[in-house]
Amino acid sequence: MMMESPASAPVENSLLASPDSAIQRTKTPYVTGTSVIGLKYKDGILMVADMGGSYGSTIRYKSVQRIEKVGKHSLIGASGEISDFQEILRYLDDLVLNDNMWDDGNSLGPKDIHNYLVRVMYNRRNKFNPLWNNLILGGVKNGQKYLGTVNMIGVHYEDNHVATGFGNHLARPILRDEWREDLSFEEGVKILEKCMRVLLYRDRSAVNKLQIAKITEDDVQIYPPYALKTVWNLAAFQNPSASAPGSW
Amino acid sequence: MFRNQYDTDVTTWSPAGRLFQVEYSMEAVKQGSAAIGLRSKTHVILASVNKANSELSSHQKKIFKVDDHIGVAIAGLTADGRVLSRYMRTECINYSYTYESPLPVGRLVVQLADKAQVCTQRSWKRPYGVGLLVGGLDESGAHLYYNCPSGNYFEYQAFAIGSRSQAAKTYMEKKFESFDGSSREDLLKDALFALRETLQGEKLTSSICTIAVVGVGEPFHVLDKDTVQSLINEFELVGEEAPPAEAADEQNQGGDAQPGDQQPADQGPAPMEM
Amino acid sequence: MTIQQASFSPYDNNGGTCVAVAGADYCVIAADTRMSTGYNVLTRDYSKIRQLADKSVLASSGFQADVRALQKVLEARHLTYQHQHNKQMSCPAMAQLLSNTLYYKRFFPYYAFNVLAGLDQEGKGCVFTYDAVGSYERTGYSAQGSGSTLIMPFLDNQLKSPSPLLLPAQDAVTPLSESEAVDLVKTCFASATERDIYTGDKLEILVLNAQGIRREYMELRKD
Repeated sequence: MMMESPASAPVENSLLASPDSAIQRTKTPYVTGTSVIGLKYKDGILMVADMGGSYGSTIRYKSVQRIEKVGKHSLIGASGEISDFQEILRYLDDLVLNDNMWDDGNSLGPKDIHNYLVRVMYNRRNKFNPLWNNLILGGVKNGQKYLGTVNMIGVHYEDNHVATGFGNHLARPILRDEWREDLSFEEGVKILEKCMRVLLYRDRSAVNKLQIAKITEDDVQIYPPYALKTVWNLAAFQNPSASAPGSW
Repeated sequence: MFRNQYDTDVTTWSPAGRLFQVEYSMEAVKQGSAAIGLRSKTHVILASVNKANSELSSHQKKIFKVDDHIGVAIAGLTADGRVLSRYMRTECINYSYTYESPLPVGRLVVQLADKAQVCTQRSWKRPYGVGLLVGGLDESGAHLYYNCPSGNYFEYQAFAIGSRSQAAKTYMEKKFESFDGSSREDLLKDALFALRETLQGEKLTSSICTIAVVGVGEPFHVLDKDTVQSLINEFELVGEEAPPAEAADEQNQGGDAQPGDQQPADQGPAPMEM
Repeated sequence: MTIQQASFSPYDNNGGTCVAVAGADYCVIAADTRMSTGYNVLTRDYSKIRQLADKSVLASSGFQADVRALQKVLEARHLTYQHQHNKQMSCPAMAQLLSNTLYYKRFFPYYAFNVLAGLDQEGKGCVFTYDAVGSYERTGYSAQGSGSTLIMPFLDNQLKSPSPLLLPAQDAVTPLSESEAVDLVKTCFASATERDIYTGDKLEILVLNAQGIRREYMELRKD
């Protein structure tokens, strides 16, 4: 959970930053995005992320896109350091451009891109210069759905549903209860919204502006941002200290 | 000894716009013992003639597995062929390390051709003396490529390189139109017939040839001797169609007399194969 | 001001337990399929077992990114070996390769706890057990990973391997039959899952013998 609590004070770590070293590395993130969630549904993959960018505990940016298309068959979603994510997008742009330039009928699928990212993330951790992100990669190629994730030290896996950060605590239990192989698009969106609503209530870095993306065999859509309906006039919300008396 | 004043190094052009050293390296390919390749929609077959240097020695390996989905057959300098096969193996391993998927055949062939090309443009290098038939399978289907020392590469339905390969080409030119839809067995049969054409009457046996297959659901592998012999026996019974000595003087494609040609087929391996 | 930021750590512990038992003509190797970090279960279905050659299988737990990198290195090295020697690597050869590969990173180690099992050149079951930096030993049975402290003493008690001090040297393979060994392994995991939070979800068992390789699964507690 390192990512969810960015520092306000830089951390001195002798192993990572010797005083005479001129090399710059990410020792702690600056602007971070919170959870991303992805799931498989009947026709492909759905992903959701909000658009907040936190600077420590300040929500500094409110319209950061954290889901992008990669090549013809893949979607990437990221939490963690936004600048590192945008750097990763540049790597992927180069990769996909190079792949297209062959123009030979072969193309990188989601599995290939996920593996590439795992290698990139792991190599950077080996150099003690991590890309400070948790990534989700989903896609469909040749009728094969793929959904995987990788974190900043290279730990990776595939599953029917994945989530980063707080999503792992709050969204995945919901997904484990409600996920099915043959989920329709509408059902999938409903589950994702349920997860995002829980996160919105309980994750202080979450903002109520989110984007859903879908990818199928022949279609990629990143939908325009929208807000969830929320209810804040519960008695416990209006007078939070009533049920938690203290000396102050 | 020298043919002319423009052939002493690789990078010198002749007034006619030719690079003689590069052309000589392509002669090396013609002198190696034959290798052929042919492909259907789903399979590629590579086959080669094995010539021993002497009665006392075994023959050199001319077909190499590169990866589960790619193999090569070579003609020319076997030592160069081995180096290039090793390069191709490394490239395949590196690609699948990064992407956990097989390297597309066409891309490997371009990398290989680029590597060969560099040798035609550096004064301190020499071109490779080997031609490679690269057969493989990827998501766009089965492919057969020919890579030559000049850095050129071509995709083929069927092709033959090496000494007396013209006979095999003539045979395959007559039949290639049906190859695309051929079954694995029919393709093997055509491979054996084409290979026999290069032998100039010498009897085709499993001990003087190597056959390899790659195809859908079938990783690249060299067929073992017994399998090859039983295929030969089987086809010998069915098809006596192509009289082996059909073309006796088909050889001189380049117009240059080749010393090897005058000799009986069973002797005089090309010097660069030793 | 307190530092509220965990600074970068290149390692994680993703848990998991691996067990292998060798018999006279078979070998059983098993691992759970849970992958976790801290108190989170990341996925309930991640295989820790990798077949590296016809007759050698590796089960590894620890830091998943290192484990996967290690597996990939071994797979690539094995491909090269096959190209050069036209045969599969034997299990003892793979054991030495694994040791060298681990030791190569002695000062930035793979955080991986391995059990390599298979059949040796005589078809006898073999188990090799490692530490993270490559020291290894051929044994008749072994357990590695988060549940090893629970399982290893139990195996010692049940299998009573001959002392390595005995002369002449005694064979380390267990006297169990194949099905007894599989049952023993199942019991070990069922027990370890009760107390070790990093072990659970599902058990994957591979059995190698002269007939080839067989794979079976057993459900474990998911809490």
